[in-house]
Amino acid sequence: MSNEEIKEFFTTEQPSATFDETGEWLTILIEPANWKPLAQKLRHSALHIDYLFCLTCIDWKTHLTMVYHLSSTTHRHTIVIKANLDRAHPEIETVSDIWRTAEFHEREVYELFGVQFLHHPDLRRLILTDDFEGYPLRKDFEDPINMIKL
Amino acid sequence: MELKEQIAQNNADFPGEIHQTPGGGIVVSSFNDLINWARSNSLWPLTFATSCCGIEMMSVASSKYDFSRFGFEVARATPRQAYVIIIAGTIVNKMGPVLKRLYDQMADPKYVIAMGACAISGGPFFYNTYSVVKGADHIIPVDVYIPGCPPRPEALLHALISLQEKIKSGLTREQIQGDLKV
Repeated sequence: MSNEEIKEFFTTEQPSATFDETGEWLTILIEPANWKPLAQKLRHSALHIDYLFCLTCIDWKTHLTMVYHLSSTTHRHTIVIKANLDRAHPEIETVSDIWRTAEFHEREVYELFGVQFLHHPDLRRLILTDDFEGYPLRKDFEDPINMIKL
Repeated sequence: MELKEQIAQNNADFPGEIHQTPGGGIVVSSFNDLINWARSNSLWPLTFATSCCGIEMMSVASSKYDFSRFGFEVARATPRQAYVIIIAGTIVNKMGPVLKRLYDQMADPKYVIAMGACAISGGPFFYNTYSVVKGADHIIPVDVYIPGCPPRPEALLHALISLQEKIKSGLTREQIQGDLKV
């Protein structure tokens, strides 16, 4: 499916969404509150987005941005969904029940950025030790013992 | 003459003197030298690699470079049967206790080679990282360091041969401290 057709889908489903086509793939910025129902529709509608191949987060110092790279194995189109989160209380609904791979990816983002994934079945740390303090991939993370600042 | 050349020359031959006798000869040597000679030519490494240096290490084990030619024979999958641990790669804070445990499980005499920038100092992960140990020698004592990112297979061979020379000359940490009185 072409980017125009995908954009059409979003303008009807999600009027508040904004588009960015400067990158390799069509990027769609949405409101985090709308994410869960939208994700359901992406998966089950004609777009048939059945493959989440990257889930990560960016710390912009002013806010956090969740980034979801999604594609369809039948239509061969790829889209990027972004959602800005409040840095003080980052919260977004989990999509681990829609794309199973998100379960581990969300755990990773949770431990490295401190994003709370609501209704996640098992939101524990993935790699860091249980007693680790802080969110190491946030820009303001400080660790005077282990980190040598350049 | 440089110390390294001197050491290499001293260790070029089998340790001891040959006294010619009719119909053959007798080798006169010291037991210590013989033990060091034997040990240095049978250094089985532990299968231990934590990142890309491990690929180079595997390459050195393969037929093209083949460290078996120098007595490194086979990599052992258990520390109980290994004499040398080649730290091939980054050591992260979480890996630290594992490395220490593996080292402790190895039987004496044991030797350590720090392969590549990460094992020496943390290398590319020296600055601004929360998870990397800045040099494996913070955890276990290292006998030979090889710079490189990753080092060429020839560099690892050179390091392995340097370790042999060190053992033959009685210059390893344990030998100097006299821990290993034979």
